[in-house]
Amino acid sequence: MTNLMPLILEHLMIVLIAAFIAVFIGVSLGILSYWVRYLDKAILWTAEIIQTIPNLALLAMLMIIFGLGNVTIIAGLVLYALLPIIRNTYIGLESVPSHLKDAARGMGMSRLQRLMKVEMPLSFPLVFSGIKLAVVNSLSIAVMGVLIGAGGLGYPIYRGIQTGSVERILTGAIPVVLMALILDYLMSKVEKRLVHKGTRG
Amino acid sequence: MIKFENVSKSYGESKVLKDLSFQINQGDFVVLIGPSGCGKTTTLRTINRLIEPDSGTIYIDGNDISALNPVELRRSIGYVIQQIGLFPNMTVEENIAVVPKLLKYPKEKWQPIVKDLLGLVGMPYDENAHKYPSELSGGQQQRIGVLRALAASPPIVLMDEPFGALDPITREALQEEVKRIQKKLKKTIVFVTHDMDEALKMADVIVFMSGGKILQMASPEELLQHPADPLISEFMGKHRGTVNINANLTAADFMKTRVLKASGSMQTLQSVELMRNRDVNSMIVLNEDDTYAGTVSLDTIKTHGKAGRAIGEFMETGVPTVNLKEDARETFEKLYTSPAGYVVVLNDDMSVAGLITKTSMAKAMGEALWGEMIS
Repeated sequence: MTNLMPLILEHLMIVLIAAFIAVFIGVSLGILSYWVRYLDKAILWTAEIIQTIPNLALLAMLMIIFGLGNVTIIAGLVLYALLPIIRNTYIGLESVPSHLKDAARGMGMSRLQRLMKVEMPLSFPLVFSGIKLAVVNSLSIAVMGVLIGAGGLGYPIYRGIQTGSVERILTGAIPVVLMALILDYLMSKVEKRLVHKGTRG
Repeated sequence: MIKFENVSKSYGESKVLKDLSFQINQGDFVVLIGPSGCGKTTTLRTINRLIEPDSGTIYIDGNDISALNPVELRRSIGYVIQQIGLFPNMTVEENIAVVPKLLKYPKEKWQPIVKDLLGLVGMPYDENAHKYPSELSGGQQQRIGVLRALAASPPIVLMDEPFGALDPITREALQEEVKRIQKKLKKTIVFVTHDMDEALKMADVIVFMSGGKILQMASPEELLQHPADPLISEFMGKHRGTVNINANLTAADFMKTRVLKASGSMQTLQSVELMRNRDVNSMIVLNEDDTYAGTVSLDTIKTHGKAGRAIGEFMETGVPTVNLKEDARETFEKLYTSPAGYVVVLNDDMSVAGLITKTSMAKAMGEALWGEMIS
C-alpha cells in the first residue's frame, strides 16, 4: 500500500488540472451561449455530442494529437467535463428571474456588470453543481488514462485485470470511490460557504 | 423636462405606440394609465431606453436621449418595477447603494445616503441595512425598491406599477410615502398604473392612453369633470365626481334634456294627449321665436280649459328658471322652493335647454356620489 500514495496524488492532480481548465472553458462557453443567442444551440449540441463519444474512442483520437501521457487524459477529461459545466452555466444564467435582469438593466448596469454582480451570483448554485458533477465523473474516467500511458489509479486496476487479482483491482478502485466521496463532501462544504446568504433556501 | 416627439413603436404587425407627442414638466407627478396593452409601460420604458422607439425623438432637458449612452442615461434616472427586483444576493444597504456604486461614489459618500434614505421611510439603519431582501416584508421590500431608485438623486424617477403586488393597506401607506417624498425632494415622477384610485391620489397630471395613443392628458380634476372619451368615463367608473362633488357642477349637470315643449298656440286637447303619452303632468310653452314663455300643467288645463283653446291662455310663469351655467347649489335652492317642483334651465339666448326635477337632481347627485347609475 505504501506505493499507492503517489498514484492517488497523481490521479488527483490529473483530475484537478482537468477540472480547472474545464471550469474556465465551460463557464466561458456557458456565458457565451447565454450572451450570443444564436450560438447557444451550437455550443450545447457540440458538448453533448462529445459526451456521447465512447471514452476509449475519444482517448484514442486524442492520443493521435497529444501522444501518450498525462496531457492526453487531461484533454479527454476536460472534454467530458464541459457539458455539465456549460449546460448548468447556461441554464443558471437563463433562469435568473427576468425582473431582476430588467432591474439590473434599468439601474444602469452594463452587460458585464449585470453578469458579475447579479446573474453569476444568482446562478452560482447551479453552476457549482455542474462543476461538482464534472469532477466526480472525471475521477472515474481518469482511470482510463492507464490505456494511453497516463499515471494515476488506473494502473493498479489494469494490473488487477491482467493478473485476475480482485485485490489489486480493489486497491485501485476503492481510493477512487473514497476520493469521489471526499471531494463531493468538501465541495458541498465550499458551496455552502460561497452561496450567498440572501439566496439560500 | 421630458418631451416626446412623434414617438412610434411596433412589435411586428402590432403598433404599440402611435405617433406619441407630449411633454412632462419638471417636478410633476405624471401618471400613465389605461387599459392593458394601451402602451403605458412601453412609453415608460422608452424614457430610460429599455425600449428603443422605431421613430420619433425623446428629449430630456432638451437632449435627444438616443444620442446618449444608454447605460449612463439609466444611471441618471430612477427605476422602480412592480416585481420590486431587489437583488437577493445583496443586503438592503448594498441594494440601495447599487447606482451610487456604479457611479463610483466612495463609501464615505454613499453610506450616509443609505442612512438618510432609510430614515426617510422609518426603517432604522442599524436594524435593516444588513438584512437581505428575503428577510423583509413585501411592503418593506418595495420601500427599499423606491429608495434604491432615489439613491443617486436622479431628477427623474420611473415607476412601473410599483404597488401593484402589495396588499391594499401597505399600498396606501406606500402611496402616501412616495407622494410625500416626491414633494419633499421635488422629483419628476412618471408612474404607470391601471388603478384609477391610485392615479387620482398621486397624480399632478394624468395621461390616459388607449391603443398606443393619448386620449387625454389633464389634471385629475379636469379628467373627472370633463373626460374626453367614453372609455375614460368608463375607466373612472365610480370615481366620476367623487373627488370634487362641489367643484363647478352646474345646472347643466343635473337637467334632463328630453322635455315636452310646445308653442303657445297649441290647442288644449293636443297638449293633454302629448302629456299623457309622455306620462308627465306639465309642459313648457315657447314663444314664436322659440324662447321660453312659461309652463302649463295638466291640472290647469283640466280645471279651466276647454277644447280648442290655445294653451298659451292657461300658461303660468311662476316656475323658477336658471341659466345653464348656474351654480349647482343655487339651482338646488331654486328647485327646493319651486311651487311646481321643478325649474326650467335656459340657454344664454333664452331658449329652453332642459328641466331639473327633484328626480333628475337626485339621480345626478347619486351619480356624483356613487358613480354612473344603471338606469
